[in-house]
Amino acid sequence: MEFFLITLLNSLSYGLLLFMLSSGLTLIFSMMGVLNFAHASFYMLGAYFAYQTGLVVGFWPALFLAPLLVGIVGAVTERYGLRKVHQFGHVAELLFTFGLAYVIEEIVHIIWGRAPVDYRIPESLDFTLFTLYNTQYPAYRAFMMIVSVGMLISLFLVLTKTRIGMIVQASLTHPHMVQALGHNVPRVFMLVFAGGCALAGLAGVLGGNLFITEPGMAFAVGSIVFVVVVLGGMGSLVGAFIASLLIGAIQTFSVALDLSFIDLMTALGVTIDPDSGWYGGLSITISQTAPVLPYLLMVLMLIVRPRGLMGTRES
Amino acid sequence: MNQQALVLQDVRKRFGQTDIINGVNLEIVAGERHALIGPNGAGKSTTFNLISGRFPVSAGSISLNGSDITNKEPQVINRLGLSRSFQITNIFPKLSVFENLRCSVLWALGYRYSFFRRMSALNDVRESAEKTLTMIGLENRREKMAGELTYAEQRALEIGITIASGANVILLDEPTAGMSRSETDAAVALIHRVTEGKTLLMVEHDMGVVFNIADRISVLVYGQVIATGTPNEIRMNKKVQEAYLGSESDEDGEVPA
Amino acid sequence: MNDMFNKGRLVLWSFVALIFVVLPFIFSGGFSLSMLSQMGIMIIFVLSYNMLLGQTGLLSFGHAVYFGLGAFMTAHAINFVEAGTLGLPISLMPLIGGLTGLCFGLLLGFVTTRRPGTPFAMISLGIAEMVAASALMFTTFFGGEGGIVTNRTAGGAVWGVSYGPQIQVYYLIAVWCFLSMVLMFAITRTPLGRIANAVRDNPERAQFVGYNPTRVRWLMMSLAGFFAGIGGALATINYEIITAEALGLMASGNVVLMAFIGGIGQFWGPMIGAVLVTLLQSALSNFTQAWLLYFGLLFLLIILYSPGGISNLISIHVPVWRAGLIKKLLPSYGYALLTGFVTLLGVVGGIEMLYRGTLFGGINDGTTWVIAALLICVGGFFLKRAIGSVRRVWEDMSPDLARWV
Repeated sequence: MEFFLITLLNSLSYGLLLFMLSSGLTLIFSMMGVLNFAHASFYMLGAYFAYQTGLVVGFWPALFLAPLLVGIVGAVTERYGLRKVHQFGHVAELLFTFGLAYVIEEIVHIIWGRAPVDYRIPESLDFTLFTLYNTQYPAYRAFMMIVSVGMLISLFLVLTKTRIGMIVQASLTHPHMVQALGHNVPRVFMLVFAGGCALAGLAGVLGGNLFITEPGMAFAVGSIVFVVVVLGGMGSLVGAFIASLLIGAIQTFSVALDLSFIDLMTALGVTIDPDSGWYGGLSITISQTAPVLPYLLMVLMLIVRPRGLMGTRES
Repeated sequence: MNQQALVLQDVRKRFGQTDIINGVNLEIVAGERHALIGPNGAGKSTTFNLISGRFPVSAGSISLNGSDITNKEPQVINRLGLSRSFQITNIFPKLSVFENLRCSVLWALGYRYSFFRRMSALNDVRESAEKTLTMIGLENRREKMAGELTYAEQRALEIGITIASGANVILLDEPTAGMSRSETDAAVALIHRVTEGKTLLMVEHDMGVVFNIADRISVLVYGQVIATGTPNEIRMNKKVQEAYLGSESDEDGEVPA
Repeated sequence: MNDMFNKGRLVLWSFVALIFVVLPFIFSGGFSLSMLSQMGIMIIFVLSYNMLLGQTGLLSFGHAVYFGLGAFMTAHAINFVEAGTLGLPISLMPLIGGLTGLCFGLLLGFVTTRRPGTPFAMISLGIAEMVAASALMFTTFFGGEGGIVTNRTAGGAVWGVSYGPQIQVYYLIAVWCFLSMVLMFAITRTPLGRIANAVRDNPERAQFVGYNPTRVRWLMMSLAGFFAGIGGALATINYEIITAEALGLMASGNVVLMAFIGGIGQFWGPMIGAVLVTLLQSALSNFTQAWLLYFGLLFLLIILYSPGGISNLISIHVPVWRAGLIKKLLPSYGYALLTGFVTLLGVVGGIEMLYRGTLFGGINDGTTWVIAALLICVGGFFLKRAIGSVRRVWEDMSPDLARWV
């Protein structure tokens, strides 16, 4: 019971983080048709910027500064890079973001080195919120959840209640029409791209010190975010939300479950000879298959229902 | 032998909540040239898309030369002898004109997915493509990339791709759309040439072209065929006049030619 | 006219074969031989990739899966030969790799090729991740972290060739590379090859001339898997070890880079990419830690300014050559090259200095930074003008060129 609750809480905080990442990606994809390969790179930049600025001004200002900086980088990228490639089609845009991911990773290497940096949870948040049975639940995770939820609520409000939000929503499905109505759609695009990147950056600020901050982090998280977006449906924020929590749960639970098929059989009273050829395959535990599960799910979804759970567009 | 080349029985199509096609009944006789006309939004292109398998029907049936083709995949329908052109030019832009035509005959000549035979050695493919090339009058554009042709040339190529495979039922979707007067005349002559001895179903807005080519005309309004007949019959038909001009037409008014 | 083409092509292929034969005599050092071998392998790999991308319009982020699986299967096959349970000569091992690639191409391709475009790219990524993740699970086949080790001299010498010396391995690779090149080129000239192009350009139209686009893509995927597997097998023979890295995302991403930098629009384009990237990877990594950054930047530049790749840059000059107007281009090109070089010096200098001392912990010398910045600014400023003048020359030339295109 304890295990279940703790793991559930952990999967919730992780899932919310994933949602912060995938919502930005979904927004960018829906509006511009670009699948931003470098999205996780902006996540990484958020963590590193937070670390760096945190050294100077402390965690709390960094919480605001870092996503802002990432947003600026995103805006510049869109203005001088993506916009130029737009004319060559979606494939070229995809490849541009692909190359961008490489370059950002290498720049991070140069500036901060290859080893993880010591980006730590600020002392003000480094305490135990409560103790459930025997496990201590860190306050930081709760903080992460609060910020995530807060961010997403504000995103929701901005999109639905403000004028710029309306324009963004309209541009999501009918960019040409919106442009014909006189709005500066390229500027809206830049804003959305920058906003999406800033969201990723915020996720990085939060996640970077909980999980480790190192150059490989973009790579690790990036693929999972794609899985989330594909599962939820390209273009649907609600779908991304559901999928984020789902994947968050799958990853968190599966890593913690050291059960294998053999264990199941034993529980049912069936013994399997250790020398039989099947033993090796069947003794694989769930935790060992954990890395594969999200991708397996994604591939299955793409085969069965390429639109995803709630998607509106396939490509 | 008055065999029915194409029969549509009570075909319906709805998109979301909207009924676009409301029960279309159409019988195209083998060897005739049949035009489908109607006001904008009547559902003509949708009808084409239903026949050629681009969209599935919501109800009803379609048969080609006696066999049922309802909801079959486009390539299956094509292999059964029906070929179509598109209103928005749909060619292979990065292939040369000649290559476009060669690709159009490959399946019909039975080469399927072969990766063992050299294209340059396939004489029947080459001859067939050459013949079509001459028919559509693009011999001096043979090696040009299709994406670089002028609009009218692309439309001619579009027709070329459609007839190259030798299908005996041809659907042309607004073949003269966007053409000048002289280009249209050339296109009409081309259409006459290439549909010799075949069955043609054509969507057109240009009445001059319609009355020039069609043996019979069907009028589609709000997803239903309200009249079918010879050009003169259609001209005189009250319902057709109403559809085009509204109900304040004269007693002996005519549909403008 | 057919005859003339055939003769011309025969001469060209003979020339290519000759180059393969002669290269090791020109570049005879041990290091060069390794690099040539690596290039040969990469050429097969990248050409197989272009069957998907350039010819059928399928952007795959997981092509290394077929390369890697072919490599692993070959490694096991060689070990069987070593153990005496299989009697296949090493020279024919690439067939094992090829068949493995073919089988997996058929299997995986069946489910992945149903949709083109972005869904396909995503699903290829997903499959690549899946296979890479499973590699650590199935340790008997994939050998876990250490991979599978093998001995390329297994089975003893056949007609005096034991594959101990690198030169023998080079020639094995050269033969298979040449064969693969010829075969892949031939495929482009078959009905399937042409229809694949048609499906790339306009899948809907291809349906309406009687072809099932999914079937076409599936077949091309399987064939591409076949050749990728051959490349993988040769890699196993060459390095005598194969690890899960070979089928991972880095390797898949690498081949995308190679294909694009070289140019996917021409058959020979990706080969340029393979040679260049291999060269840079080996050569540059000796001099600088930043080679991956340079790659990424080169890739970005190509995407931004010449998405057709290097081969496109070359082929747009062919009409200029034919029209005899190359001389007109030289002054502005020279200007651009000079200013480009200056800017490049500044950029490289800046990057190298960043690598040698981190930005936020003591930097050596303030003046070198200033010099680098100066080079970049000045060089960049004049480079822009040079590019403008290049553009103007091209514009002025275009009416003369129209006849030669």
